Amino acid sequence: MDVTALVEPDRVHKTVYTDPQIFDMEMARIWERTWVYCGHESQVPKAGDYYAVTIGRQPMIMVREAGGGVGVLYNRCPHRGVQLVGNLKGNTGSAFVCSYHAWSFHLDGRVRAIPLASGYEGTRMTKDNPDCGMKKAARVDSYRGFVFASLVADGPSLPDFLGEAKIAFDDMCDRSPVGEVEVVPNCYRVMQHSNWKFFMENQLDSLHPSVTHQSTGIAAGRVEKRLKAETGTAPLYYHYLSTFASSFEQWDAVQTINFPHGHGILKAYMGLRPQDPDTLEYEALLKGAYGEAKTEEYLSRSIHHVLVYPYLSVQSPLQQLRCLRPVAADKTMSEIWHFRLKGAPEAIYRRSLWYYNLVNSPATMINADDLENWSKGQWGLTSNGGDWVSFHRWFGDDREENGVTYSNHGTSEAVMRSQFKAWSTYMQAA
Amino acid sequence: MSNDRSIPSAGPDFARLLGQDVVIEAGASEAPSGAQRIAPDHSPRPSAGPLSRTRERAGVRVSPDIQREVEQFLYIQAELLDDKQWQAWIDLFDDAGIYWMPASPEQTEWEGSPSIFAEDKLLMEIRKGRVSHPNAWSQAPMWATNHIVSHVTVEAHGETTLEVRSRFHMMELRRDSVRHFGGRYRHTLVRGGDGGLRIRLQRVDLFNGQAPFDYVLQVWV
Repeated sequence: MDVTALVEPDRVHKTVYTDPQIFDMEMARIWERTWVYCGHESQVPKAGDYYAVTIGRQPMIMVREAGGGVGVLYNRCPHRGVQLVGNLKGNTGSAFVCSYHAWSFHLDGRVRAIPLASGYEGTRMTKDNPDCGMKKAARVDSYRGFVFASLVADGPSLPDFLGEAKIAFDDMCDRSPVGEVEVVPNCYRVMQHSNWKFFMENQLDSLHPSVTHQSTGIAAGRVEKRLKAETGTAPLYYHYLSTFASSFEQWDAVQTINFPHGHGILKAYMGLRPQDPDTLEYEALLKGAYGEAKTEEYLSRSIHHVLVYPYLSVQSPLQQLRCLRPVAADKTMSEIWHFRLKGAPEAIYRRSLWYYNLVNSPATMINADDLENWSKGQWGLTSNGGDWVSFHRWFGDDREENGVTYSNHGTSEAVMRSQFKAWSTYMQAA
Repeated sequence: MSNDRSIPSAGPDFARLLGQDVVIEAGASEAPSGAQRIAPDHSPRPSAGPLSRTRERAGVRVSPDIQREVEQFLYIQAELLDDKQWQAWIDLFDDAGIYWMPASPEQTEWEGSPSIFAEDKLLMEIRKGRVSHPNAWSQAPMWATNHIVSHVTVEAHGETTLEVRSRFHMMELRRDSVRHFGGRYRHTLVRGGDGGLRIRLQRVDLFNGQAPFDYVLQVWV
């Protein structure tokens, strides 16, 4: 199948969202080749700590090794193929032990012991055969504590893959006076009944918020306004919700920047630098650590969130991260994490926690309407009422410099056009 | 029973093998069992530990009138949700009332840790306003809930404050599918100036809160 014929510069064929065969090709050609986010180092602080993670269709284990490094292994016993860990997370002690026939493995995957090993003498499965160990991800690398793995040995390095999108992790970590974040040990998992592309497109779609989220934006704005009239002030978290009801014109002014490999940035619009005592204390800490100029640079970066295509949305100013694990053409698991800025005051953590609770929790007043759109989108695309999905908005108006596409309008569908350019490149190579 | 411990070979005659009687006697040998020989050095798994604030406590003796009053109050709470009487439900809370669904049962404070819901009355008002808006798109599909509340146990009974725990089971219909949510309520109830009960804190621990959510929750459970 020549899937690239399904993508035109201004529109794509509906089957790229609905066809199970195309989904399998995506898993093989994109997910199981490129760098995929596994987790943050702080999820596995002690030797033997593990976290089960899916890369494409492959069940993997991220584990803290005895030597202190973080490894990524296939969750599969080389004997008969049984998964070696059966829980999402835990501590496996000093070894993985198979529950079926007791083959055991060091934390770096090397075989440790096989019961009655003499039974293998003269066969090809003797202990010195590396095939007797757990298979490792071909490449593992991390950037500022965020661990990625690639299941193939060739291809760009992690820094080359991330390119400018590494700002997601720089922006998050630089906001800590010690330059590090640690995970808040809670992961919300929400199943989306839609193709993964709906989420990725939606993240940088500036035309939808005031339509999709108007009910919440208006309800929050009403209470926020009343509170301000009564007390002169309202906590920042009302603003998190009320800005969703901004005007079309305001949204059109929020620019997107689209990088090679499909990554992108939606510029900031929330105004997250109030001058209250907590913020001033926090900014003083940063100035002590980095000096006046660097602090200003770090805090004035214009980022709402950064996309690492095709699976990550990082809202660095509020330390939120959402990662997609596609399950089927019409089914996508999202994992939703929050991070704490090491060394920052508790008040700064709590401020960003409100966003995690109100916008990203499973009782979200925002994403509930997105999920509804994406389900209806998935169903709509099974219709024979039309074959193409349109990305014509401000087509021809984009500004391209050094491979980076800048939209002159926030509501430009440059985002989707850029993502599909990357998609085609991935799908052609193989 | 055979004293020959070697495992017989199957040979060409499978029926002959099935007829052979090989018994591995438990405790017959001093040798450690296969399981003991594998990897006895696993460090102990961290246990969940005592849930000091949330562990079930024995109920206290209260008058049948109080027990009945509390039960009726919790039933009305659930029925108002099922009837989508949002304002009447919010009015059950006193002015400092909090609705809290923690992300995990270990949590003890409603602020400062991840919560599925953490709402004071102003945030409840926003949620009410949102689901009542004509363009709350997610509210367009047919949906309904059905709560069952049981195991109502008064844990503490003071002059003006009651601590009550109970269990709930909620079925939710959305479009053509039914979802189930079960768990535990813990209510701190206060007696208002009018003599009636009000909710100071409604803590909701979903027993399936750590499992993936198929879609999300739209209103209070």
